[in-house]
Amino acid sequence: MASVKRRVAVIGAGITLFRRRMRETGRELSFYAAKMALETAGITIRDVDAVVCGSAPDAFDGVHMKGEYLLDGMGGHNKPYVRVYVGGGTGVFTPIAAWWHVASGHFDVVLAIAEEKMSSCHPHPQKAFTTIFDPIYTRPLGPNLVWIFALEMQRYMSVHGVKKEQIALISVKNKRNALDHPCAQLPAKITVQDVLNSEVMVWPVQRLDISPPSDGAAAVVLAAEHIAKRLTDDPVWIEGVGWCLDSTYWTNRDLYYPKYVEYAARMAYKMAGIKNPPKEIDVAEPYDPFDYKEAHHAEGLMLARKGEYLKGIKDEDDIFARYGRDGDLPICPSGGLLGVGNPIAAAGLMKVCEIFWQLRGEAGKRQVKNDPRTGVAQAWGDLMQVGTVIVMRA
Amino acid sequence: MSVKIREYRGTPYSRKDLEEGRVPAFRDKPRARYAWACGPAMGRFLAELKEGRIIGRRCRRCGRVLVPPRMFCEWCFRPTDEWVYIRDTGTVLTFSASYLGPAAERLKEPIIIAVIQLDGASPGIGILHKLGEVKQEEVHVGMRVKAVWKPPEEREGAITDILYFKPIREGQGGGE
Amino acid sequence: MERRVAIVGVGYSGFAPQTADVSYKELMFEAATRAYEDAGIDPRRDVNSFITCAEDYWEGFSIFDEFVPDQLGAVLKPTCTVSADGLYGLVNAVMQIQSGLFDVVVVEAHSKASDILTYDDLLRFAMDPIYTRPLGWHAYALAGLEMARYLYDTGALEEHCAMVVEKNKANALLNPLASYGAKVSMDDVMASRPLFSPLKELDVAPLADGCVVMVLAAEEVARRLTDMPIWVLGMGWASESISPEIRDWCRAIYAELASQMAYDMAGITSPAKEVDLLEVDDRFSYKELQHVEALGICAYGEACRLLEEGIFDRDGDLPVNPSGGSLGVGNLLEASGLFRALEVVLQLRGEAGRHQVPDAEVGLAQCWRGLPTASGAVIILGVEREVGA
Repeated sequence: MASVKRRVAVIGAGITLFRRRMRETGRELSFYAAKMALETAGITIRDVDAVVCGSAPDAFDGVHMKGEYLLDGMGGHNKPYVRVYVGGGTGVFTPIAAWWHVASGHFDVVLAIAEEKMSSCHPHPQKAFTTIFDPIYTRPLGPNLVWIFALEMQRYMSVHGVKKEQIALISVKNKRNALDHPCAQLPAKITVQDVLNSEVMVWPVQRLDISPPSDGAAAVVLAAEHIAKRLTDDPVWIEGVGWCLDSTYWTNRDLYYPKYVEYAARMAYKMAGIKNPPKEIDVAEPYDPFDYKEAHHAEGLMLARKGEYLKGIKDEDDIFARYGRDGDLPICPSGGLLGVGNPIAAAGLMKVCEIFWQLRGEAGKRQVKNDPRTGVAQAWGDLMQVGTVIVMRA
Repeated sequence: MSVKIREYRGTPYSRKDLEEGRVPAFRDKPRARYAWACGPAMGRFLAELKEGRIIGRRCRRCGRVLVPPRMFCEWCFRPTDEWVYIRDTGTVLTFSASYLGPAAERLKEPIIIAVIQLDGASPGIGILHKLGEVKQEEVHVGMRVKAVWKPPEEREGAITDILYFKPIREGQGGGE
Repeated sequence: MERRVAIVGVGYSGFAPQTADVSYKELMFEAATRAYEDAGIDPRRDVNSFITCAEDYWEGFSIFDEFVPDQLGAVLKPTCTVSADGLYGLVNAVMQIQSGLFDVVVVEAHSKASDILTYDDLLRFAMDPIYTRPLGWHAYALAGLEMARYLYDTGALEEHCAMVVEKNKANALLNPLASYGAKVSMDDVMASRPLFSPLKELDVAPLADGCVVMVLAAEEVARRLTDMPIWVLGMGWASESISPEIRDWCRAIYAELASQMAYDMAGITSPAKEVDLLEVDDRFSYKELQHVEALGICAYGEACRLLEEGIFDRDGDLPVNPSGGSLGVGNLLEASGLFRALEVVLQLRGEAGRHQVPDAEVGLAQCWRGLPTASGAVIILGVEREVGA
């Protein structure tokens, strides 16, 4: 394979509040995020050569071909505009697609925006999720999205002997981190006992193990090297991209380990020249729609050995010492989906924004203390199938 | 970011705001109806379910027996070779108890779900279904189960022709 | 130097008004198998990335990429969905290769329209929920409005649109992939049932099923795989808002922008002279004329005259839709553009059989994403030319 053609940097990022329901339409939310990203990059929409949109199921917003509907607010009018989609992995995949727009040499400045408006779906966005299941093998059984997480969590716990008390610490950490995120939907100071006492949804998943449905949008501006250097002293380079999709027959796979995340990570690490991830990565934002997913994905990202993410972690002090902002390897300093919210596609891009701000030292109270140079953001989606990974360096 | 930005946009509202008319809204319901062609693989699977049987496909190159059946092997990328009948007994690979219905409504009695590796299919090849006649506390990975079918006249050619899988208790035998 | 990309393999299946004997899985597996055979590759070993072009509501499930990897040979490989027409898949595949990330990328798009029971409701569901849907019109109202303004501004007549239908359905009779070839006269079209005037029933392409898979490769690999690589000379895409409130009702600006981008890349300054055939969207008959003008082949208002003179006939100076277009082959939903590109590939390879355009060396395929959108892509393909030819 040829070497990558052009270096690409992130030069601006923007994000709206994440809330269960917001008055703004999908177009308006996109506009807010895009405007903020453009302003922080110091450019206007006229300077943008192309737009890449990411948004997850059309069923939420209630518009078929919603990419076309949203483009007004995304700055796509009279521009090359395309929507990409890999379920929940979309948030990290959107900047990857924008990356190849620039790296290929076709465009110099590209806006990547992800938006989700789950509140439009009534009576509850969960109902729209039933349509992700195979209509013949699965839907007649009346599934709820949480079923697949529960089955996966069960498998992870049973294969590795990890306990709920340990996994709950992740929810404690992230919701507490979220107290310092200005857009957070469910920041909270909770304890492991709170998680274990919360309502059982689909055993072993309980209410405080899960992130909420949300409305929100996030955006980043990508620029080719010569433009990035002109516009900012502080470009954050995209050094590695990777993505991978596993078979649709998820009942034919062992769910305890996300092989597809590992393959995506290998692709991104190879490009970035990373050989020893736990040593070379300073801060990471793995996708955490459920608390156990942070562990599951962090192992897929090879930041810990299989089953060992929570090894030796018994209480709050342990988890903050290892994965807190002052810890050995800060994980989800933003507060993750558990704390900030989960507007499906925008959530992944929120993580990319977080790494961007962390590497620039602009994360304020959330800033990790180890002077991070290299960060990883990862998202996941589909029927436990897709991993999307991006490696960024200051 | 937080150090440079002063304002994050977005105007939240509550469910009560909507119900009490403080938020203007327009309602619509999509009419999205489909009749998916089953094709040879799914079609045969459903036809066999109607007869009270489970069928899979074998790929001779990797040797796997696949359920749900498919006309192609996704590992070898070649057509699968033959139909293979699978027994309706199996082993629980993973399980859960759901207190949520499809629209996130609370259920009083949980639905117990499991991925079940069927006898006759290759290791790790499982299907999703419900468990019945069992308490949540009794279910464990590795538990042996058998399908409970609808009576023949009620079967439609659907995955629900199997009502659920029940545990094979001591002395009941492991299958036919 | 730009890394050149070529199409090295194509495969297709279905191409019938309905394909009830197979599910989308078998349809895709067949097209993919044929494409890999054509390219001489093993997808498990040789393909680096896969792109499927799909919209959830056409398929009837959310997150359609969940359901694709197995039948394409894409399990545990980089795979994604581009929520747009197949031509958008092609342009993204080209960018993936030109970024240096991959050498071989596969693009797939299909239509299983026969599985959809409520097509008209889905079109309606794509319209703006606040401003447009409450009016309660069928989506074709937008086409009727645009056709009326287009005819008014350009001076073209309904009869010209009827001529497009006649030409394309006649072309389709020679195309084994076409579902709706027929000997239809202009009078038949003019007499057909009015829908939203001036749009009439025979002005609208009926739905069909079909799947197209293409294999793209970077230059070094392409030359190893085939003696007849079909080079991507230029590409472009653009969108306008779906809002009927702010669009131009005569010009297809998205096609103007997309084609300009493609011509710049290809170094083409007089498309009418430098392109040998055009495959443009004609889901509604007037769109063919509008798109040909937007592509800069002639000025707005001129296409109808060139059509009258037979320039766009299959054996004319600049054949337009020699495949039969959507009017003849059927509306293939998001596979429409990829089908156009397929036609151009077959023509350039000299494999178009009875509807072959002689000496075709450069072809242009254009797509429009259909109602209610104003988005489309353009791709320009060519065979190797000897220097100085």
